[in-house]
Amino acid sequence: MLDSIRARLIVIGILIAICAFSLWPRNVTVRTRGADGRMRDTTERRMPLKQGLDLQGGIHLGLELDQSRGKVADPADAIDRALKVIRTRIDEFGVAEPLVQKLGTSRIIVELPGLKDPARAKAIVQRSAFLEFEMTDKEELFRRALPAMDRALTAAGVTERSIGQAVADTTRGAAAPAPAPASAVEQILGSPKDTGAARARGRDTTRAAAKRDTTPQDTLGALGQGPLSPLLFQGQMVGEFMVPEEKVTIVEAMLARPEVQRLVPRGIIIRWAAEPVSRGARAYHPMYALVERPIITGEYLVDARAELDPITNQAVVNFTLSRRGGRIFERETGKHIQDHMAIVLDQLVQSQPPVIRSQISTRGQIELGSASLQDAQDLALVLKAGALPAPLQIVEERTVGPSLGRDSIHDATIAAVIGVLLVVFIMIAYYRLAGVLAVAALMLYVLFTVGGLAGLSATLTLPGVAGFVLSVGIAVDANVLIFERIREELALGKSVRLSIDAGYKMAMNAIVDSNVSTILTAAFLFQFGTGPVKGFAITLILGIIASMVTAIYVTRTFYMIYLERRPGLQTLSI
Amino acid sequence: MTRFFAHANYDFIGLRRFAYGVTAAIMIPGLIWILAGGLNYSIEFTGGTLVQVQTVQPTSAGEIRGALDRGGLRNAEIQQFGTAREYVIRVRLSPTAVVDQEQAARTSAKVDTALTARFGPGSFTVPRYEAVGPKVGGELRQKAFIAILLSFLATLVYLAFRFEFRFGVAATLATAHDILTTLAFIKYMNLEVSLVVVAAILTVVGYSLNDTIIIFDRVRENLHKYKRDDLAGILNRSINETLPRSVLTHGTTIATTLALLIFAGEVIRPFAWVMTFGIFTGTFSSIYIAGPILLAIEHRWPGKDARGVRARVAPAVHVAPKPAPPEPAVRP
Repeated sequence: MLDSIRARLIVIGILIAICAFSLWPRNVTVRTRGADGRMRDTTERRMPLKQGLDLQGGIHLGLELDQSRGKVADPADAIDRALKVIRTRIDEFGVAEPLVQKLGTSRIIVELPGLKDPARAKAIVQRSAFLEFEMTDKEELFRRALPAMDRALTAAGVTERSIGQAVADTTRGAAAPAPAPASAVEQILGSPKDTGAARARGRDTTRAAAKRDTTPQDTLGALGQGPLSPLLFQGQMVGEFMVPEEKVTIVEAMLARPEVQRLVPRGIIIRWAAEPVSRGARAYHPMYALVERPIITGEYLVDARAELDPITNQAVVNFTLSRRGGRIFERETGKHIQDHMAIVLDQLVQSQPPVIRSQISTRGQIELGSASLQDAQDLALVLKAGALPAPLQIVEERTVGPSLGRDSIHDATIAAVIGVLLVVFIMIAYYRLAGVLAVAALMLYVLFTVGGLAGLSATLTLPGVAGFVLSVGIAVDANVLIFERIREELALGKSVRLSIDAGYKMAMNAIVDSNVSTILTAAFLFQFGTGPVKGFAITLILGIIASMVTAIYVTRTFYMIYLERRPGLQTLSI
Repeated sequence: MTRFFAHANYDFIGLRRFAYGVTAAIMIPGLIWILAGGLNYSIEFTGGTLVQVQTVQPTSAGEIRGALDRGGLRNAEIQQFGTAREYVIRVRLSPTAVVDQEQAARTSAKVDTALTARFGPGSFTVPRYEAVGPKVGGELRQKAFIAILLSFLATLVYLAFRFEFRFGVAATLATAHDILTTLAFIKYMNLEVSLVVVAAILTVVGYSLNDTIIIFDRVRENLHKYKRDDLAGILNRSINETLPRSVLTHGTTIATTLALLIFAGEVIRPFAWVMTFGIFTGTFSSIYIAGPILLAIEHRWPGKDARGVRARVAPAVHVAPKPAPPEPAVRP
């Protein structure tokens, strides 16, 4: 079945379609810095090929625990805490595609493409985390101040549209103003009361993984209750406000205005949640009005661990405070029974503020309801991150300027074009028609390899490009093997058709064995390498696989078509 | 139809002793030199600081050296990087040094102040800066070594499975030869052993293996085809039969590595050098190392005839032992 020409052409067509699809410019979610300095998800249309730091420039940091000033008790745990903290701050770097990952058990890799200021990056990474427990604004001081804020904004001539316009003008690809359809919110969040929030936002928010509804639908005039209030929806507890994700910048911009700042009640602070939540089809970013004075800070926390409650089988986080911390906490929780307490790490509210059920001294438990154990572990990590500092030292730092990357791309492109042209010339000069077929297969090879790179979302590095150029030279090897075999068979006096059949068949063993062993070597290279070398290895592996497909399957198909058109062929241009 | 070496019939195996001499002449002085002087490892492996500077006005390594000396950086290595406006400054750590990041930062600050003092502010930019702690470097060296070792093992197992164990041994030893000659070449060229160069060495390993296997595949086939030939003859025949392919594939590969060498810029140049040399040594070892080793193994441990491997040993003709001639009876 797969041997008929039609079936082969369909298979090749599908492969081409897959590669073309994986290379087609598409909407990629990128995090960019808005005019207001806030990081937000925007979509960009471009070819989904990632460039490594060596090509686009940027900063690579390798971090390990700093044990020079005293041993860290549990290194593996400390690295996890540090990772959590850095991830929380990921937006502060202000780059589109930051990469923060653990390497092995003891190292953290931070890659910041496009960033030019290593000192700032290092400061962000090494700053110690700060954990606070703050009560929500149960007297609704902030909410009651909202109408005044709306009036002040109206007096200043600020509308959602004017602010949105200012943000959109300066933020490439910013989401169009789109107020939430109130009905959807009403149902799930309760009635959309005109509640609000004020004062400066927390320093930043983490990457929003939420979906975005960009239906432009301006119902601002219809609500007509001031510029700010319609953007805020009452959350599940006092002091919690849900802001439609695409309105976050606008709300922030409004809250940052001096006439609003003045009206924020004394002792109240506005903090954003670390992550957005989805309600129905929409994403909301919770915003909290909190009492500025924390009831306790991370320094009193001794331990926190996620556990499954043996009775309810629900995930909980058990935490322990120091004796002194226990005394403070006992006093504070005694005053705040049935109130909500926000857990704030680096000025971002982590998970939904739990309610205080009873007076707590040194040992407490946070119930997470239906949340998974994973969520509980995450929260425990947050608590520990704020409690037990995990000092990091930079063990590796690389900075590549963008100009160097551009030069590299430019040079590598020239080398690639010349290299490919030379190979094309050699093949056609030596093999004539067969060479043309091999070159046609080579073009598909290029498409398959690059498409494969995009499909695997591999990163293109400079050694990767070099590996690719090199692989073009090696890629024709399979065809050379086959053509030489065909020539040998022709020299033995066999017919054209038989020679081609035999050539492919006889060359197969050599092609498979040699390529498999090369893939084995490249696989070890991949295993051992970091960044650039990994890019090289993956290019090499993909290249070998693609060359096998094109040299064996694709050129064979070409020959089948060729022979079918000329049944009585006596000589072969090879 | 153009066909190079269509009916080649060179006695490659007969020339093997000459070939050994050539490879030994390249390899042994290089290896001794490496043992005596060590390799020029990049700071990725040793730990240290690298600052690449680009000056507005063309300058010389000597001027930069003078500026750094005055700035108190005496152990820096300075290398021109392409044009007369680009230089790479390296400050290596001794392997035993316990160095923290601050020291690396101090180094880069020193370079900055020294060059500013000499050339004036704004007269240069730093397009690349790297600082690597000694621990990271040590780990990397170990990992590179393990990667090469494991890739050897994997190919040995694969070839033993697809061919015979002796083929695997011969191919692996030929590959080891390639690594040694490539290291010698790196030493002669005074190339810096960076991660990318290690990647190039591993690629040479893959390429050479590839080449060896193409010939061995032909050997495997010819062993079945020509049951009466001895192994040396079969090796020769196989090498000659695959010669047109070798010439062509090496030609296209050389074309690409030369393009990289000439056009791809300074960062890729060491990689391209190693690859270009590697193609030669890989081809050489497939013919002159892998084949003869197979022959040597065969001499030493003759394979079973059932596998079709015959060695150049005395033909194992089963002749019934002649009865000893009766001793002349001496009768008194």
